[in-house]
Amino acid sequence: MGYVIKGETCDWEVVIGLEVHCQVISKAKLFSGAATDFGAEPNTQVSLVDAAMPGMLPVINEECVRQAIKTGLGLKAQINTKSVFARKNYFYADLPQGYQISQADQPIVGAGTIILDMPDGTSRSVGIERLHLEQDAGKSLHDQDPKRSFIDLNRTGVALMEIVSDPDMRSPEEVGAYLRKLRSIVRYLGTCDGNMDQGSMRCDVNVSVRPVGSDELRTRAETKNVNSVRFAMQAIEYEATRQVEIYDNGGEVVQETRLFDASTGTTRSMRSKEHAHDYRYFPDPDLLPLVFSDELVEEIKATLPELPDERKDRYINDFGLSPYDAGVLVAEKDTASYFETVAEGRDAKMAANWVINNLFAVLSEKGIGITESPVSADNLGKLLGLITDDTISTKIAKEVFEIMVESGDDPEKIVEEKGLKQITDTGAIEAAVDAAIEAGAKQVEQYKGGNEKILGWFVGQVMKATQGKANPGQVNKLLKEKLDA
Amino acid sequence: MSKLTELNIASARDGLNKGEFSAAELAEAYIKAMEAGRELNAYITETPEVALERARQSDDRRAKGDHLGAMEGIPIAMKDLFCTEGVLTTAGSHILDGFVPQYESTVSANLRSAGAVMLGKANLDEFAMGSANITSYYGPVKNPWGAKVGKDLVPGGSSGGSAAAVSGGLAMAATGTDTGGSIRQPASFCGIVGMKPTYGRCSRWGTVAFASSLDQAGPMTQTVQDAAIMLGAMAGHDPKDSTSAPIDLPDFEAAITGDVSGLTIGIPKEYKMDGMDAEIQAMWDQGIEWLKAKGCNIKEISLPHTKYALPTYYIVAPAEASANLARYDGVRYGLRVPGDSLDDMYMNTRGEGFGDEVKRRILIGTYALSSGYYDAYYIKAQKVRTLISNDFKAAFEDVDAILTPTAPSAAFGIGENQDDPVAMYLNDVFTVPTSLAGLPGISVPAGLSKSGLPLGLQLVGRAFDEGTLLNVASALEDAAAFNFKPGGEG
Repeated sequence: MGYVIKGETCDWEVVIGLEVHCQVISKAKLFSGAATDFGAEPNTQVSLVDAAMPGMLPVINEECVRQAIKTGLGLKAQINTKSVFARKNYFYADLPQGYQISQADQPIVGAGTIILDMPDGTSRSVGIERLHLEQDAGKSLHDQDPKRSFIDLNRTGVALMEIVSDPDMRSPEEVGAYLRKLRSIVRYLGTCDGNMDQGSMRCDVNVSVRPVGSDELRTRAETKNVNSVRFAMQAIEYEATRQVEIYDNGGEVVQETRLFDASTGTTRSMRSKEHAHDYRYFPDPDLLPLVFSDELVEEIKATLPELPDERKDRYINDFGLSPYDAGVLVAEKDTASYFETVAEGRDAKMAANWVINNLFAVLSEKGIGITESPVSADNLGKLLGLITDDTISTKIAKEVFEIMVESGDDPEKIVEEKGLKQITDTGAIEAAVDAAIEAGAKQVEQYKGGNEKILGWFVGQVMKATQGKANPGQVNKLLKEKLDA
Repeated sequence: MSKLTELNIASARDGLNKGEFSAAELAEAYIKAMEAGRELNAYITETPEVALERARQSDDRRAKGDHLGAMEGIPIAMKDLFCTEGVLTTAGSHILDGFVPQYESTVSANLRSAGAVMLGKANLDEFAMGSANITSYYGPVKNPWGAKVGKDLVPGGSSGGSAAAVSGGLAMAATGTDTGGSIRQPASFCGIVGMKPTYGRCSRWGTVAFASSLDQAGPMTQTVQDAAIMLGAMAGHDPKDSTSAPIDLPDFEAAITGDVSGLTIGIPKEYKMDGMDAEIQAMWDQGIEWLKAKGCNIKEISLPHTKYALPTYYIVAPAEASANLARYDGVRYGLRVPGDSLDDMYMNTRGEGFGDEVKRRILIGTYALSSGYYDAYYIKAQKVRTLISNDFKAAFEDVDAILTPTAPSAAFGIGENQDDPVAMYLNDVFTVPTSLAGLPGISVPAGLSKSGLPLGLQLVGRAFDEGTLLNVASALEDAAAFNFKPGGEG
């Protein structure tokens, strides 16, 4: 049994569904030509349409539609060749139109699936209910002036894909895996940069609990403003515990919208059902239904890159990697590309070990991503080549790797300059072997007496004499030949 | 100079081409007339400097032998619902106080590039909501025909200022917008031609929105030929309006051949309503006879869902308006009345900024869209709208145009019908079905009532077949030979 909360009366399981808002990668906004760059000066990326000037009309940006279709295909989802934009009405100072153009009962993408890669190497499937396109709102800045709020409309009208999951997740870990996988997919597709810290991927969490073994769906609470994978997991833990306590005390969970407070890791009520907005959705009369051909869908399908799931399968089947290692390597597109460069024409398992064990340790110690790695994929590949062709031993390779991390240098250059090249000259090794045998009369006796483990002592002597550069295979072979003679 | 203000677009075009007068002279004459006719309150903002500048530019183009547009040098009034760059745009509402757009609506820009000269911004019902031009924050407009009966009459609405300006000789022609009859009904009340083209023919970009699925700009002119000329200059596909039709513009003026023999004109039996004014019925019968005499076949048709049109319209239009008008919130432009909180500011601004009729429609629309009522009102209305549209589709299998009265009465007095919104809404009973179906309609002045006030007849055409519609309208105009002018202007 997975994630269970021990209550006073019974054990509880948690039922979780997510609504994730992904900012679409596109040069212009969903219905206007204004730019979408992150971090521009306030109110410098605002068109007349974004500011809702009188008489302004939205015109759909085809690029955003293509991105939504692409994402839908990446989620193995139903693509609806006819969908409808609707107005979601509410008043707020950073919503100039007084309504958000969204999609209600006819979204562009229908049911799909995401496969979760769990840390133990197993997989789980989570249903996607829908994906729809909508406009982002602007930003209200409440901390610029003691009395007034300032409004930045740069983000107003930027295209978002809202991706709604089925209530299929049962633990914070699954939610973490879901978010990481979704992020991985959109990054592979190039449809969203997935940067939760910049707000280009945002998450609302729907949580309810029920007694273990029950299949009912109880009242859920929606937690908004969850801006990292870790926060999502925290919010669920807090929320599930809160709800179990309510039930344990004989209470009822109320349907409401809650806000996550990152500083305390708790959630608090934002508005209850009674105060919930009546959004008065209706089809936007300024826009015709969004209709496109099956050919367009096929055309986009043909441009889809290899996605993490397919890539993982390939790593397992073609490279013989374990599901866990394959999952780790494909999670980030950049990691996978790095790995493939390292493994190109080399032993893939060895490449996987070096990337996962050696390189990741360095990256995590330095707190940097793989694209900033001091060791380039080409250089790591060369290092592996030097091991494979017996130029250096694995032990020396680790030393060379340390130097590469510090200097970023080419391993061939390092080996050359530091004279770390393995001694494969039989004559030189033989001399060292002879010297060791001569110096170790006592050990020779022990060996001949049947103590084969003593061979290690001779190897150590030879390595000491050659500063570790002697080829271990040759050393072993020669020692045995001479001692057994 | 007074003669210049008696010209129409076609005759002024001839005079300008022959060099009998300049565009500047024409503009000056109209500026004087506009100033002399201020009592009508037809204009919210007069723009004599803009008019003179554009008239001179037109004269320069002519002198240099540059390309000349279809509206070259023609002085027009611009309904104050069209955003005009650098010129106050009010929509007849307090809430747009001080709003000077940085952009030009597509329709007004098209007219400008066709050479038209803007005299000013014409008064209108607030946000085009009304049938009498009495809801404008800038006061009611007087119908020029009132002088004849010694009474202050409404010009109809919402394009009341435009209709009064053309009728009273304060503009050679004017732009209007029609959502449920706002061009045709005032045209009927003021004795001029008013045409609502097919939905999608004119771009809505830059026109303050009332009900997006219905709003359509059109010409208000003295003659049918003028309507054809002006429509050609206003209309055309605009990629900035997703609902603008991506089809080529025909030569509307050339479509008027004078020959309508063999065309079939439908007479919808459902438009013969109980308690209908005998004068209106007589005018309609006269119209039928005129078209018969022109060689048309007359056929009784049925538009069975007609009686649901008005209630349907008063769900759909307010629903869209309730969202369209949400942007007037005091945050970015126009009126702001401060408050202790954001909500207070909204309430103060919108409470003070909108008039009663606008508030009434926002409330109706908000209600119709709200949770629990949406299916019963909005969805039902959309279904009925489809049925109404299908009625017309079926009818146009058999007929080439439909003839009806434009309005159920002649112009009434300012102050009448004011306390009864439903009575006021009934003014659009003949025009609303066409609007819901998106079809083109035109009101042609046909005669005078017993009290000496103009009455119009409406012709309705097939979608995007304004050519046939204008041709039939021209034949009707010819037969009616409406030559009357409002009395007060001498």
